[in-house]
Amino acid sequence: MSKPLEGILVVDFSQYLSGPSASLRLADLGARVIKIEKPETGDLCRDLYFSNLVLDDESSMFHAINRNKESYAADLKNDVERQKVYKIIEKADVLIHNFRPGVANRLGIDYDKIKALNPQIIYAELTGYGKEGVWKDKPGLDLLIQSLTGLTTLNGNDGAGPVPIGLAVVDILSGAHLAQGILASLYQKQSQHVGAKVEVSMLESAIEYQFESITCFFRDGGQPTLRPKSNSAHAYLGAPYGIYATKNGAIALAMGSIPFIGELIGCEALSNYPEPESWFTKRDEIKGILAQHLKTKKTKDWLAVLELADIWCAEVMDWKTLFDQEAFKILEMVQEVNRTNGYTYKTTRCPIQINGDWLTSEIGSPILGEHTEAINEELVN
Amino acid sequence: MLPLEGITVLEFAQFMAGPSAGLKMADLGARVIKIERPGTGEAGRGIALKNIFIDESSMVFHTANRNKQSYAANLKDPKDLERIKKLIAQADVMTHNFRPGVMEKIGLDYNTVAAINPKLIYGVVSGYGPVGPWAKKPGQDLLIQSLSGFVNLSGNEADEPTASGLATSDIFTGVHLVQGILAALIERNKTGKGAKIEVSLLESTLDIQFEMLTAFLNNGKQLPKRAKQGNAHAYIDAPYGVYKTKDRYISIALTPLDQLAKAIGVSLPAEFVDQTTWFDKRDDIMNFLAAELVKETTAHWLSIFEPMDFRVSDVYNYKEFLAHEGYQALQMDQDVLTSDGITMKTTRCPIRIDGKRIFNKKSAPKVGEDNRSIDNEFNLNAL
Repeated sequence: MSKPLEGILVVDFSQYLSGPSASLRLADLGARVIKIEKPETGDLCRDLYFSNLVLDDESSMFHAINRNKESYAADLKNDVERQKVYKIIEKADVLIHNFRPGVANRLGIDYDKIKALNPQIIYAELTGYGKEGVWKDKPGLDLLIQSLTGLTTLNGNDGAGPVPIGLAVVDILSGAHLAQGILASLYQKQSQHVGAKVEVSMLESAIEYQFESITCFFRDGGQPTLRPKSNSAHAYLGAPYGIYATKNGAIALAMGSIPFIGELIGCEALSNYPEPESWFTKRDEIKGILAQHLKTKKTKDWLAVLELADIWCAEVMDWKTLFDQEAFKILEMVQEVNRTNGYTYKTTRCPIQINGDWLTSEIGSPILGEHTEAINEELVN
Repeated sequence: MLPLEGITVLEFAQFMAGPSAGLKMADLGARVIKIERPGTGEAGRGIALKNIFIDESSMVFHTANRNKQSYAANLKDPKDLERIKKLIAQADVMTHNFRPGVMEKIGLDYNTVAAINPKLIYGVVSGYGPVGPWAKKPGQDLLIQSLSGFVNLSGNEADEPTASGLATSDIFTGVHLVQGILAALIERNKTGKGAKIEVSLLESTLDIQFEMLTAFLNNGKQLPKRAKQGNAHAYIDAPYGVYKTKDRYISIALTPLDQLAKAIGVSLPAEFVDQTTWFDKRDDIMNFLAAELVKETTAHWLSIFEPMDFRVSDVYNYKEFLAHEGYQALQMDQDVLTSDGITMKTTRCPIRIDGKRIFNKKSAPKVGEDNRSIDNEFNLNAL
């Protein structure tokens, strides 16, 4: 199948996760992505290990984020090499970087310079905190942004202290927002023949991510975020919203009528809460009752009753359990990709389906600088 | 000029995933018209956080549906359906999140609609994909977080599975829908043809776990193990985590343990010198650090760590964060105004184009608020 971004050339200076996750998505959608990497060390993510796991001498994280890309090694501080990079940029549709403020200037790839080289380029810049204000020079790391923006106060139970989300959710979201801005600007570029500068910061992305609860804070007069005492899954929603232990596992319950659920699971005490408002105001009480009751039977027994009545519920699964489900298998979410040295690894595919086809690619992550010569020949010399 | 100016989106989608996609396209310049059931409108109007409503619709609805118009139509009424088809013929994009089979029954499935408008981009959000044993199950954010393994990553080892306390699955699914739609619009410029874009809450929630899943798939399927205390990431070695101080908390991200110990003023026990122990003995190390960090205030530690460019930060709640000059410099909030004259403060789009922040005063519409003007503009009166 042809992919929508075929013919689009992306030059990517970004490292770690935020920027590279944006270019991964563009690659998934058919763009050609050339990573410009520092000779010898390359993208610092190559050495950022997860659980000490080494795959083909590099981190599993790097392989996950950088499949389906090319690598061009160049030292931007060396004038000859920088001129070569400029040649590539002249032919590019998109440039991405996630340097801290000021660094792009020092490396000679600031917007004014690049725009002069290629007036129609989409110049996309991802920072930690934007380029104004007291935080602008701080390191932009996911956990730090989660901690600053109040995100860690939303998860877990009351009294648990800050609970971060255990993955780099802000990196990934800001990368996704950057990809959105790039795509919208590419669309405009086609019709208007103009370039654009797209800027996203992890901080602003983390705020938009919390748009519901922050808007709520503005609206309720700035009341403290109060998480439920137990079985919390949302500080601003009432019972039963949460995860509950059963006799053999756990079950998630989203929104639903408390007396009706009580009737279905044979818990009479829940009939004392007929008023929907009380499901929020008395949620700690209600959750306590539910938690005691749901412990008494197995997950599958509860699901049998609740699903039949179209109550929003699900079994809590780990990946092994999920991967054994027919419903998971038919998604073919796992793909195998190959590096040019013959090393093969498994990873997930792009979640977007176009005209009934999944967007897959067998190309693995590049070895540092493996495409330098070929790109020199094709685009530079 | 915003990049999507001139694009018309018809949003049949309800709740959060689809409407959050519509909101992003609206912010980027598209005109988004919600197609809603007369009277009650989309179901999300009734779902409230903390029981808060702005008018007859919830604050959450207003948050996700600002900057849109509303056209009320009963899709089961043949006359209304004809109007909608005529509207579709003049639109660029439509989105919906009906369960599989519903649009076929109504007669607005992709094949039918593509015959009316071959240039249309048709975006579908589902819970679990269009086919398979779960296809008709309810796709709701918390349920997807729970069955996708996502809830096993946050919280400490002894905690229950811990969901993110916001609609993470919905939001990422909406983001992916926008990515697919925009890519299809780009391709349409070349081919003149529309496309069907499908995303599901399950696939999107697996996608955001791609780093961990790649580790899982290549390390003999070892499941994540959360830290005993201060867990912030099941796969990253010590000191990564959140620590209690004398007065508050401190978050410590990627910072070499030996340098951290030195800055704290303690010598690193011999058993933690080898870097591979920083993951293998993570709980012991975090315990060791916790005992030191609790002795002084957060401000004290920051005054030592920040000049060394360590990756650390204070931990704020909304009151502290939203009052901070670091937040205020962003100008991240804006007031929107309903047609009843009610003002609501909410956040803006996080994307800046050509150095400009994107603001828009328009609030969410009432059900059918724009029927008359849309009937006139799109010439639907004759039907």
